[in-house]
Amino acid sequence: MSNLEVRPISTLRVARVIASKDLRIELRSRVVTNQVYPFAGLVMVMFAFALDNDAVLSRVAGGLVWLATLFSLIILVQRSFAVDSADGALEAQRVAGLDPAGIFIGKAVAVMVQLVVLEMLLLLAAVVLYRVELRIDGVVLLVTCVICATAGLAFVGTLYGGLTAGVRGRETLLPLLMLPVVAPVLIGATRATESAFTSGGAAVSDGWPWVGVLAVFAAVFAIGGILSFGSLIEE
Amino acid sequence: MDHLGFISAVYLTTFGVIIGLVAKTLKQGRDLASKVADKDKPWT
Amino acid sequence: MTSVSSTTTQTFTAKVATPTTRLVGAMAIVSLAWVVMGGLFITPKDVDQGDAVRIMYVHVPTAWVAYLAFIVTAIASACWLLSRKHAMGFDRVAGASAEVGVIFMAMTLLSGSLWGRITWGSYWAWDPRLTTTSFLLVTYIGYLAVRGLGGSLEQRARRSAVIALLAVLEIPLVHFSVLMWRSLHQEASVLSGDGDIKMDGSMLTTLLVGVIGFTCTFVWLVMHRQRVLAMQDAMQSSQLDAALRERADESTTINTNKSNELI
Repeated sequence: MSNLEVRPISTLRVARVIASKDLRIELRSRVVTNQVYPFAGLVMVMFAFALDNDAVLSRVAGGLVWLATLFSLIILVQRSFAVDSADGALEAQRVAGLDPAGIFIGKAVAVMVQLVVLEMLLLLAAVVLYRVELRIDGVVLLVTCVICATAGLAFVGTLYGGLTAGVRGRETLLPLLMLPVVAPVLIGATRATESAFTSGGAAVSDGWPWVGVLAVFAAVFAIGGILSFGSLIEE
Repeated sequence: MDHLGFISAVYLTTFGVIIGLVAKTLKQGRDLASKVADKDKPWT
Repeated sequence: MTSVSSTTTQTFTAKVATPTTRLVGAMAIVSLAWVVMGGLFITPKDVDQGDAVRIMYVHVPTAWVAYLAFIVTAIASACWLLSRKHAMGFDRVAGASAEVGVIFMAMTLLSGSLWGRITWGSYWAWDPRLTTTSFLLVTYIGYLAVRGLGGSLEQRARRSAVIALLAVLEIPLVHFSVLMWRSLHQEASVLSGDGDIKMDGSMLTTLLVGVIGFTCTFVWLVMHRQRVLAMQDAMQSSQLDAALRERADESTTINTNKSNELI
């Protein structure tokens, strides 16, 4: 170590490399597109079976979209870290001296991209299956809401996914740890989406304060994750 | 006393749980203390 | 694993209590006895709530201890992370306090819902305080699960300390979002409606004694539990040493057997 000059790679560069690696794995393996997205669609259909009422469905469509997102988030995060811990890649990255903050941001961005695609599909499913109506001013709110909510979900997911990576019994522990933390996202994103759909007589402008909550949430857990991810994955 | 059932349920569960917890802690402590060397017990 | 400690001669004192814990325990017993007597028999009925107010003398101190426990866990976790030597004592206090806190939080929710059934007519209300309390409970159940994951003591301490500090970020966000959510419904006044209790001297004293008594109980439980955890940790590491030694002995005997066969 003494006479070898090791130039540390910048955090953002690590993030970019990790994110593109994760996304490339998903593009090639097609597990997310062929299994996770169909699962989320299936959940939307199941909600329709359970609620069995068109008026109720269009009223609660926003909440159902975000519930299906949360269920899929658990699977996405588990997959994101299973790929890494199966052949010790996470450990190798750590031993190689990569900045843990960079690994955190990179993995979170990869999860974020997969989640945004998922949410687009789910919102489309809500329009088609649950017959919600979307006006043009609602679309602006919806897009902002999706971005902020997804960032928050991805940061929290990556944080707790890293903690449970490579631990026995992680399948059951991750939802227990993660779901209470993302409850504010479920509340905020659902209210904002309902406003965008104007379901239950909500006005589009009612949704903006919730987007603020989502943005604060994402910022808090981005900072929390950058600071603590290193000590969570450290063995 | 009104609501005697509710009130006694609250008192019984609260103090019952506390007594149970104390008893369990004492027993665990005694069992372990007979197996662990004194150098690992900084309070002795 | 059969004979770990019998190999060397060591002194064992089967003692966990110290004068401090005895004093705290005695204070707890006296004040809890006072609460039962005062709460059930001596204090008068409340003007609005009648006898239902007697639940308060147990419920309020339990809730106080539950919150106190989580504050102690958070502070002890921060101390562990910040302390240069990473003293395991901080970690054990954090763990012991969370264990006690989870139980007191569950009792708070139980006694609160029974009290709610009498005064509001329902076991549960989507009140921000109630909702946040239940989230706190679930979060710390998760915290205890993380402590039970296994691995080295250092690993356990680091993971759980981070989880405890993340909970400090999580809980205010949950509370604020539930507050904002419920304010849409304009029915947030369940608790303030008939919750006003006009307390006379004996009621106030009983409540105060209750808070003191439950706090002493908490301190006693955490001190004892922390010592139990210390002994468990010591056992774990001594067993690990013994197992390693056993393994080392095994390999040497196998090697000698092999070399005998070769000859």
